[in-house]
Amino acid sequence: MTTVTISKLEKSYGSVRALRGIDLEVEDGEFVVLVGPSGCGKSTLLRMIAGLEDISGGTIAIDDEVVNDMRPRDRNVAMVFQDYALYPHMTVERNIGFALRARKLPENEVSARVGATVRMLGIETLLHRYPRQLSGGQRQRVAIGRAMVRDARLFLFDEPLSNLDAQLRDDMRAEIKRLHQELGRTMIYVTHDQIEAMTLADRIVLLRDGHIEQVGSPLDLYERPATKFVAGFLGSPKMNFLPASLSGKSALLADGTRLALAGKHRGKDGQAVILGIRPQHISLAGKTVAAGHVRVSTSVELVQPTGSRVYATLPLGGTSVVAELAAHDVSAPGEKAAIDIDMTRAVLIDPQTEKVI
Amino acid sequence: MARMPLGRHRRRPPIARTAFIGIYLLFVLVPLYWMFITSIKPSDDYLAVPPVWFPTAPTLVHYTAALFAYRGLQGLINSLIISLAATVLSAFFGTLMAYSLARFNTGGKHLAFWVLSQRFLPPVAVILPIFLIYRMVGLHDTYIGMIIAYTVFTLPVSVWMMFAYFRGIPKSMEEAALVDGCSRWLIFRKIALPLAVPGIVAAAIFAFIACWTEFFFALILTSRYTFTLPTVFRAFLGFQGAQYGEASALAIVSLVPSIVLGTLVQKHLVRGLTLGAVRG
Repeated sequence: MTTVTISKLEKSYGSVRALRGIDLEVEDGEFVVLVGPSGCGKSTLLRMIAGLEDISGGTIAIDDEVVNDMRPRDRNVAMVFQDYALYPHMTVERNIGFALRARKLPENEVSARVGATVRMLGIETLLHRYPRQLSGGQRQRVAIGRAMVRDARLFLFDEPLSNLDAQLRDDMRAEIKRLHQELGRTMIYVTHDQIEAMTLADRIVLLRDGHIEQVGSPLDLYERPATKFVAGFLGSPKMNFLPASLSGKSALLADGTRLALAGKHRGKDGQAVILGIRPQHISLAGKTVAAGHVRVSTSVELVQPTGSRVYATLPLGGTSVVAELAAHDVSAPGEKAAIDIDMTRAVLIDPQTEKVI
Repeated sequence: MARMPLGRHRRRPPIARTAFIGIYLLFVLVPLYWMFITSIKPSDDYLAVPPVWFPTAPTLVHYTAALFAYRGLQGLINSLIISLAATVLSAFFGTLMAYSLARFNTGGKHLAFWVLSQRFLPPVAVILPIFLIYRMVGLHDTYIGMIIAYTVFTLPVSVWMMFAYFRGIPKSMEEAALVDGCSRWLIFRKIALPLAVPGIVAAAIFAFIACWTEFFFALILTSRYTFTLPTVFRAFLGFQGAQYGEASALAIVSLVPSIVLGTLVQKHLVRGLTLGAVRG
């Protein structure tokens, strides 16, 4: 049973406020991902939980015990670092067993636990190598093993995959998810990569400029973003934002195009809004227009094939939008195209507050 | 594109480079050779014209004279004791101080620079007060006095060399150990110290050579008992003329530690450079 309760947490460096009024509950066994652009304070928050940064205000409690003034080693948390932080002068076996030996466990237990850990990670053959003799992926596994061997109550990951190449990153992401399922431990994971956040998290905490922008399950944040920032941060390609104004039951785009709204909103007639449409919610026109969809005629400006899909840039409402279409839907710039926009999934944003209305 | 085999590149040494290295070697080795043969040739051959390049009757008489008559052996022993002790102390305190400066930013921005700035002070500016204080407290012409002086004299450079080294060790490595359950002291011993060994050894060798070759402090702070090797050389340039043979013999003897240590430095500097390969 490990819960983390963070309340009114503050962090300042001189006059710079890195974190402002963070409130967060992490439940037992939960995989929480802290995500946000660089400089949003996500790593700082993680390091404060680990005890590597002082707390300027508020409290952090692990299992209902406030740990503000507790030394890192007494918190019983394990952490995986971005640069792996393996000890270069020790073999893999020594690296993984280091924490156990530092806690003066008997040698037979150390070797038993190190053995179990390396089997779980599939690195049995590397035990007697030094970190410099390992590839990036192997180092990453050793770094994870060093954390796993501890049987700590809480696992912290600080952008552990950011130094790996794309293929390896996918593999290791799956590995980490599998470990979480097997161990069932509470894990807090920091990343700037929204794909990692979406795929790994039970719950995503999206940070921006030192405060929490939104907390929720990955689908929650993806489908029901609370702000323009959240809507734009999650999803790839990025959500399209079109300036518009509300007119009756429609959104009127800058060039006069009228799009009938299908979802609920709290906007007033005549109000200026930003209409947010995900590239996945635009499709090539079919035989009939589905309920809640609107059909628009436009042309193709730019085509970016990805293999299975194609990203097409299309002029719409005085600006252009990106649509994610099936691979053979469009082939060349200049083509005429009729598109259907799923207005049931569109979001309306107040340009002043940047909140979804 | 076909690659040129590596071997063919190697087989054709650049003429200019070889010539330059050859001339440089002559520049370095000829004086050394001259010193060596001077130390083993009879006194009459010192300044013979033409020079005697290959002494026909080599002799060790200059060595025995330099070591015993001129007390070179005592100077050698004194130098060894004082230099080794000062080197160990300098490495010990320097390591602690450098780690503290590098990791905890002790003394803010200025302390680290202040340490180095101690070396900007010319020794002549402090030698008189030190001499008077030493005389007063009974440290003049003692091992302890010289060891203290040399420790203080080498500490700034030792601290700076190791400071740079400790700063090169990624902070996350120590943070990992901190989370893994180590105390600060244990981290210093188990992580920082082993990783800094090449830096510490290089700084220590630097300190040793500085002590070994130091003349000015030794001249003022010692007299009959704890005089060091460099001060012995004064005796060879007297009113009766120069004792080239004895001076050369002692110079050859004093070269030995430098050569041994130089070889060691090279090995450790290479190790120090490959340490960087650890980070991925």
